[in-house]
Amino acid sequence: MAATLSTPTAGSARPTERERPRGLFRRRAGEHDKAGPVAYLLLAVAAVISLFPLYWTFVAASNTGERVAQSPPPMVPGGQLWTNVSTAWEQAEMGTALLNSTVVAGCVALSTVLFSTLAGFAFAKLRFRGRNALLTLVVATMTVPPQLSVIPLYRIITELDWGNHLQSVILPSLVAAFGVFFMRQFLSEALPFELIEAARVDGAHSLRIIWHVVFPVARPAMAVLGMLVFVQSWNDFFWPFVVLTQQNPTVQVALSAIGGGSGHDINQAVIMTGALVGTLPLLLIFAVLGKHIVGGITSGAVKS
Amino acid sequence: MATNVRAEAASVAPARPAWRSRLYRFDLKASPYAFIAPFFLCFAAFGLFPLIWTGWLSLHYVDLLKPDVMEWKGLGNYTRLWSNDQFWTALRNTFTIGVISTVPQLLMALGLAHLLNYRMRARGFFRVAILAPYATSIAAATLVFVQLFNPDYGFINWALDAVGIHHTNWYADTWPSQIAISAIVTWRWTGYNALIYLAAMQAVPKDLYEAASLDGANRWQQFTRITVPSIRPTILFTIIVSSIGATQLFGEPLLFGGGVGVSGGSAHQFQTLSLYMYELGWPSRQLGRASAVAWTMLLLLLLVGLVQFLITRYRKRHELGG
Repeated sequence: MAATLSTPTAGSARPTERERPRGLFRRRAGEHDKAGPVAYLLLAVAAVISLFPLYWTFVAASNTGERVAQSPPPMVPGGQLWTNVSTAWEQAEMGTALLNSTVVAGCVALSTVLFSTLAGFAFAKLRFRGRNALLTLVVATMTVPPQLSVIPLYRIITELDWGNHLQSVILPSLVAAFGVFFMRQFLSEALPFELIEAARVDGAHSLRIIWHVVFPVARPAMAVLGMLVFVQSWNDFFWPFVVLTQQNPTVQVALSAIGGGSGHDINQAVIMTGALVGTLPLLLIFAVLGKHIVGGITSGAVKS
Repeated sequence: MATNVRAEAASVAPARPAWRSRLYRFDLKASPYAFIAPFFLCFAAFGLFPLIWTGWLSLHYVDLLKPDVMEWKGLGNYTRLWSNDQFWTALRNTFTIGVISTVPQLLMALGLAHLLNYRMRARGFFRVAILAPYATSIAAATLVFVQLFNPDYGFINWALDAVGIHHTNWYADTWPSQIAISAIVTWRWTGYNALIYLAAMQAVPKDLYEAASLDGANRWQQFTRITVPSIRPTILFTIIVSSIGATQLFGEPLLFGGGVGVSGGSAHQFQTLSLYMYELGWPSRQLGRASAVAWTMLLLLLLVGLVQFLITRYRKRHELGG
C-alpha cells in the first residue's frame, strides 16, 4: 500500500493512452512462466497418482487379509498393522533383511562416493594421456547390462562358497560409472584450477590435494551421490535375487519370497505389510532429505 | 586446513632435493591413473572379464550343477535360439513392453517438467511428490501393483467398472498384462525423468521465452519450438538410458507373475529376455544356452546403440547441410 502510494507515477495506476499497450505486453512477458489453474490441476493429478499406491500400501497393510481380497477394495486404514507386521516378520527374515540392506547399501554408497570422487577429479581436473578415450570408455560401460556378468560371477561366488554372504553383493558394486560421471560433471564446474595450482605451488602432493582441496569442495555433490547410490543399492534386485538365499536376504530378496508364492491361501495384507516395511526406511529418508535429493537431480549433474 | 599445508610445505620448499622433484613429477604423472584405477579394476573384474567368459560359455553345453564339464557346441546354442518360439516370444515381449513403458513415460515426464518449470506455490511439494515412487523398490512396487491390478478385487478394475469397462484380466491376457507391467515401470520412473528434464529446462535462457511471447507465440508453441529443441541432448540421453533399462526388465515381470513368474505367465505372455535367460540358466540349469541369450541381448543393445548413433549423425549432417 505504502509503496503504491509513494510511486503514483510508475504508470500502473493510471496509464496514459500511449503507455497502455506497453504495459499489457510487459505483464504478459512477466507472467509467461507463472502457473495457471490447469497446470495446478495436472500437477495435482500427477501427485495423487504418485502417492496413491503408497497410501494404499499402508491401507492394505493395516487391514485383514480377507478385507484386502474383497471388492470394493478398502480405502481407509484398519487396525491390523501390528498383527500383520509380526506375521510378516515371522514369514520372512524381515529383521535380518533390513539390517543386511542397510549394511549393503551403506558400504556400496561409501565406496562408490569415495572412488567416484577420485576418478571424477582425475577426469575433470588432471591432464593425462588417454583421458578422453578413457572417459568415453567409462560412459560406454554403463550400457553393459548386468545379465552379461551374472553367470560367471555366480560360478565364482559358489566356488568361493560366498553364496550366502553379503560381500558377494557388495563387491561387484564398489564403484559405478554413473558416479564417476556425476562427480566429473560437478568438479569441472565447482573446482577452480587455481586452487589446485596454488596447492601444488605450496608443495602439496596429490593425496594432500584430494584431502584438503577436492573433498571440501566436492562435499555437497558427494552427499547427493551418496543418497542416490544408497537408494539404488537398497532397491537393487537382479543380482541379489540370483546370489542370496532366504536365510540371509536383503529386503528385496525377502520381498520376492513373500510375494513369489501362488494360491489363494496367501494373506495379501501380509504381502503389503512386507512391501511397506521394506519401503518405509527409504520413504523416511525421502521425507527428511527429499528436497536435497530433488536438488541434486535438478542440479543437472545427473545427465550429460 | 590450507594454512597447514602451507606451513609444512614452506619448511621443505627452500632446498628441494633432486629426488624430491623427481617424486613430484612422478606424483603428477602417476596419480591420475591411480585415481581412476579403482573404477577400471572393478569393471575389469566384475564387468569385462565375466562378459568374455559368458561369451565363451555360450559356445558350450554347461550344467549349472556341474560347471566344470563343458561340452563344445560351437554356435549350436545360438541356432537353437533362432528356431525356438519361446525366444522369439520373449524378444517380442521385451520390445513391446519396452515401447509401452518408455514412450508414454518420457512424454509424460516432458509435460510434467514443463509444468514444474512454472513459477508456482508448493513447487517443492510437487517435486518431492512425483519423485516419491523412485524411493520404492522394484519388488515393493510390483507387489503393490499386483494387488491394484487384481482382476477380481483390485482397485483398478473396481474403478474401471465404474466407467463401464468390465473385468479386464490383467494377469492372463497378453496386452493387459504387458500394460500392467509397463505401468509399474512408468510409475517408478516418470518423476525421476521429469526432474532430469526440469534441470535441462532451467538452463534454457529466460529471454528466449520473453522474446517469443512478445512475438505472440502461445505456451504450446513456446514448448515445441523453444523448450524441446533446447533440451534435445537431454531427451536423447533419457531415451538411451530408458531403452537400456527396458531391455533388462526382470524383477517386474518376475514378481508380477507370482507363482508362474519365472516363465513370464502361464503362456509366457509377459516373459522378457532377462527372465528367459534366468529360466534357462537356473530352473533349467542350462548355463550355455542362458549365456547365449545374454550375448544376444548385448548384440541387440549394440544394434540399438548403432541405430541411435546413426540417427543423430544423420540429423547433425542434415541440419548442417540445411
